[in-house]
Amino acid sequence: MTDLPARPRLSAMEAAWVVARRDFVAVLFSRAFIFFLLGPLFPVLIGGLAGGIGGAVQRDTVSVEVGLAMAPADNAKLRAAADRLAPQLGSALPVLRDVPEAAGDPAFDARAFMEARRGNYAAILTGSLARPVLVGTDGQVARWQGPVALLAGHATEAEPTAFPDVAAELVATSAASEKASRVQTAQAAQLLLFLLTMLLAGMVLSNLVEEKANKIIEILAAAILMDAVFMGKLFAMLAVSFVGIAVWGLAGFGLWSVGAGAITQVTGFDPANLPAPAVGWPLFLALGVIYFAMAYLLLGAMYLTIGSMAASVREVQTLSMPATMLQLMVFFLAAYTIKQPGSTLELAAIAFPLSSPFAMLARAAMEPELWTHAVALAWQAVAVLGIVKGGSLLFRKRVMKSGGAGRDKGRKGASLAA
Amino acid sequence: MDMAVSDRMQAGNHAGGYSAIPADGRPLAIEARGLVKSFDGTRAVDGVDISVPEGAIYGILGPNGAGKTTTLRMVLGIIDPDEGVRRVFGHDRPHDIGRLIGYLPEERGLYPAMRCIEAIAFMGALRGLPLKEGRKRAVELLERHGLAHAADRQIRQLSKGMAQTVQLLGTLVHKPRLVVLDEPFSGLDAINQGKLEMMIRALADDGVTVIFSTHVIHHAERLCEGVAIIAGGKVPYAGSVEAARDRIPAQVRLETRAREGAWLAALPKETRRNGDFFHFPLPATGIEPLLKGLIEGEAGILSLSIERAGLHDAFVAIAGEAAARQLQADAEGARA
Repeated sequence: MTDLPARPRLSAMEAAWVVARRDFVAVLFSRAFIFFLLGPLFPVLIGGLAGGIGGAVQRDTVSVEVGLAMAPADNAKLRAAADRLAPQLGSALPVLRDVPEAAGDPAFDARAFMEARRGNYAAILTGSLARPVLVGTDGQVARWQGPVALLAGHATEAEPTAFPDVAAELVATSAASEKASRVQTAQAAQLLLFLLTMLLAGMVLSNLVEEKANKIIEILAAAILMDAVFMGKLFAMLAVSFVGIAVWGLAGFGLWSVGAGAITQVTGFDPANLPAPAVGWPLFLALGVIYFAMAYLLLGAMYLTIGSMAASVREVQTLSMPATMLQLMVFFLAAYTIKQPGSTLELAAIAFPLSSPFAMLARAAMEPELWTHAVALAWQAVAVLGIVKGGSLLFRKRVMKSGGAGRDKGRKGASLAA
Repeated sequence: MDMAVSDRMQAGNHAGGYSAIPADGRPLAIEARGLVKSFDGTRAVDGVDISVPEGAIYGILGPNGAGKTTTLRMVLGIIDPDEGVRRVFGHDRPHDIGRLIGYLPEERGLYPAMRCIEAIAFMGALRGLPLKEGRKRAVELLERHGLAHAADRQIRQLSKGMAQTVQLLGTLVHKPRLVVLDEPFSGLDAINQGKLEMMIRALADDGVTVIFSTHVIHHAERLCEGVAIIAGGKVPYAGSVEAARDRIPAQVRLETRAREGAWLAALPKETRRNGDFFHFPLPATGIEPLLKGLIEGEAGILSLSIERAGLHDAFVAIAGEAAARQLQADAEGARA
């Protein structure tokens, strides 16, 4: 056997680094990166649409239950009135539930109950049918005051000619309002994650298209293992994305520093009002970065696999459409499960690798447990490696079928043997 | 490993009973036995055996679609064979000794926006050469090959021939001990083909093993110590060029004054007439009895030459007329 040099080959990490370094520099100094930086302008439109869906989700997620803490007879009349009106008014009416803690407790303090964040009521109705009192946060009281007056009127008489005034007793917060607020944080984080991954995964695909167009891929495949090629490309694009995010972050910070007041006034968005996530801001931000990286790596690995199997640039572009659709579906699945914590659907969204980062980021906003994140991240890392390995195997099996000349003339060659 | 194949490797046998090119005690740079590869149910390569001693220039000769590229890709580990084994410098996994290998694929490719120096250094880096050293060697190589002026140009600004040279330099920058070139002469003009031949010879002089595929017989004939003739995914011959040429007898070319006469009976039955010339293989009995018959039959010999068979004749004899015609068509297509 021939004497070998001290280091006859690059390690997988070193090989991935060589590819990553080239791709990182090439992309950073390309026109594509400029478009990448401009990219967020376009998804704002999508964000608006997704926001509509998110709003619907949030309305669903915020409790629509109004607790009944009146006398049992009044409670029963209210429920009966709700049943009569439901066919006409449907979801415009609250779901009425007796508050078990109030039953048989004349000293029941609805305000203290809400402030203690007990139950999951949007508001609690006390007083009497003639003088109803709605206890809840400002927003919830404003939302349900009208429907409650309607219900109280119909509970008093079948054809009411007048409706009682519903007195408001406001509390600073409640369990339901806190949950609702965290939903906002979860949705905002999911949307941001989605927009970033959508932009970035597309860049991986264009990077591979370039590779195919320039016919470099065989040189890479001959020199280093395809796993290392894929990993290098993924991490290069991830690094590019962090540069982009840093640029956007700095630009955003600069804009905010100059015109925070104007931005708040125009958009109605004030980050100071964004409710604190369940795991706290520092950890949530850290998890956001990690889940972003995972979401990107998962989608990027999938795109690389699809792209590497395509025989031509056109085929790569055609294949990108279903992949983008899948990305959208994954996002909507994760967004939909925000309102169903602990459900089978949410667990499925967590288990399915591509939706897992989205679902788990929402979970970080809603639930304080941390061990679930460790498990999910480990699972996502395994999935990344699995997709990369599968992609490189498919590449070796399906892509390098023939030489350039032979591709067209392969059948002639076969006929010569006959 | 397949035991039968393993045994054959140890015994050093070759398919078809041909002997390998003489190794003269040299270890084998490439040893492949029984390589089989199918794509979508079609056998692209069907039991290829190749042995290439270190320091040899070796050609894989065959028409397009014969299985040359697939064979090289299997040897390099880009794809795995369905059956058979390959060893490069004694290693089953060529990627494990990537630093020793340089590869120029048939489909040339470079990053268009890269500068020449960076492109060469990057290709070296893929094989384990530090970038700084790669840049230094790239400058030296470009100067040596008359491309110093293009060192800082982007690849997209180069002519096709220059870009091809840059890629070849990238293949060599890490000083590999085995250089694999897939159709290296295609797309080059005659001058650059000559330069490439000189480069290949220089590599071999430095002890580097060079294996290249081609459908142009003359390159293989001029350069190679050994060849594998491949057609339809099979290798009907693998061995030295000399042995291939010796497989068919020398050709006699005869020119006579007389057109008819008794002397015609002295010519072998395989004789072909081409204008004023007669062509036939040298009889097994030698030239003397033939000469006697011609002289006694008053043929009026104007000229008579005995020419050793060329690799093209050997290719025709080994791979068949159809493969030879295909090879010729490919070569003409490449020139066009």
